[in-house]
Amino acid sequence: MQNLILNALEKAKTWARLNSPWVLHYNSGSCNGCDIELLATITPRYDVERFGVKLAGSPRHADVLIATGPVTRQSRDRLLRIYQQMPEPRYVMALGACALGGGVFHNCYNTLGGIDAFLPVDVYVPGCPPRPEAIINGVVLLLQKLKGEAVPHGEPQPA
Amino acid sequence: MTYALAVEALAGVEAPPRAQAIRTLVAEMERVHSHLLWLGVTAHEAGFDTLFMYSWRDREAILDALEALCGNRVNYSVNVLGGVKFDVTDEIAASIHQAIDILHPRTVHYLNVVTHDAAFLQRTRGVGISTPQQAELLGLIGPPARAAGLRRDVRADAPYAAYAAYVPQVITTTAGDLAARCEVRVRELFESYRLIREVLNTLPQGELTTRMKRNVPPGEVIQRVEAPRGEALYFVRSKGGETPDRVKIRTPTLCNIASVAVMAVGAQLADVPLLLAGVDPCFSCNDRTVRVRQAGAGDQLLRWGQLRQYGIDFYAQKRTATHA
Repeated sequence: MQNLILNALEKAKTWARLNSPWVLHYNSGSCNGCDIELLATITPRYDVERFGVKLAGSPRHADVLIATGPVTRQSRDRLLRIYQQMPEPRYVMALGACALGGGVFHNCYNTLGGIDAFLPVDVYVPGCPPRPEAIINGVVLLLQKLKGEAVPHGEPQPA
Repeated sequence: MTYALAVEALAGVEAPPRAQAIRTLVAEMERVHSHLLWLGVTAHEAGFDTLFMYSWRDREAILDALEALCGNRVNYSVNVLGGVKFDVTDEIAASIHQAIDILHPRTVHYLNVVTHDAAFLQRTRGVGISTPQQAELLGLIGPPARAAGLRRDVRADAPYAAYAAYVPQVITTTAGDLAARCEVRVRELFESYRLIREVLNTLPQGELTTRMKRNVPPGEVIQRVEAPRGEALYFVRSKGGETPDRVKIRTPTLCNIASVAVMAVGAQLADVPLLLAGVDPCFSCNDRTVRVRQAGAGDQLLRWGQLRQYGIDFYAQKRTATHA
């Protein structure tokens, strides 16, 4: 009986999470290009708020951390602190070429690499900067992962 | 564009007239996108999210036109050394005209909002005033300088690309407050629309690129360009060969950002984000070192570890001072 209730609760929580993935955006050293495209994704043409995606002001309210840019020496500690402040389950999306592996700043004296050198990244969105459509695709992949579905790897499969 | 112009000047190469006109066209389209983006951000900081959503929706029109021209929304990479990469076909020209036709009436509306909306004006009118003397002293550039009444615009003062043929009217106001900064930028949009239409209607025929020398002769050059935020300055030094010896970039935000500390004196704390947005800051452009040379005092250069220690000591001292 207790298990049944817990199961139902777990299902309700997943349902809620799927319908309101709140996002915390952190720029760990980006040139602002990705940040602007991320913002464009929440404005009327792309309007991801339709799907419950919303920018949260505090890491304590966020489900998903979207990190843009390479991790710089200055921002590493902040990035880790923000991640630790997020409640579980938490997800990380790396946005843009620099967040994936350093991009043009690869091997710079003041950068330490991509986001996945420090945090477990769930979704990678490539591009310089990624188009809003690509960001939405990343969110869809993340939601699939949240649902526990298999997420495609490697080459995109024809629909 | 600034870099391309600088290296071309060093090599003694000039891009063909059609390429210069396309550079001007793209620079103005970029200004349109940047000012609309800025309007949205400022509106957001003023708690006016409706305007943010509207202006960003309309900004998509110019991004579509840019994408039609060069295939990318943010990094256009139109310029190459010696010319431009993309040609403006009739089809693309029509799509740019179409975008401007959409944006023009919308901008009339935005001008009305920033000059007449009572709630918005309460947040902007009389806030963060900088007088022309102050602006001169602080070395303001770009729209914040023009809002304070300084006639400063590299496009008019030292024309580059095709700006000698397509002369922009320098928009200035005298109020110098946040409302003036909004008005200047929105009115500059009309100027950009006029220039874009003019370039499209009188685009010279000819080549897109000219042959660029493989080796650039030794020398130094300073190139200035009026970016949407103000004057961007590049210093390029060559020792001959294929790679530059030094490229120094001074971004417009670096000149303007310090003025916020002066303008914010006496303002409400809640006005500070808006004042910051008023100079259209690009924070990633601020990752630079400024070396201040005081007459007679000599200068001091700190290494990373020293700078860090300086910061720790500074705050420790401040803490003891407040507790005492």
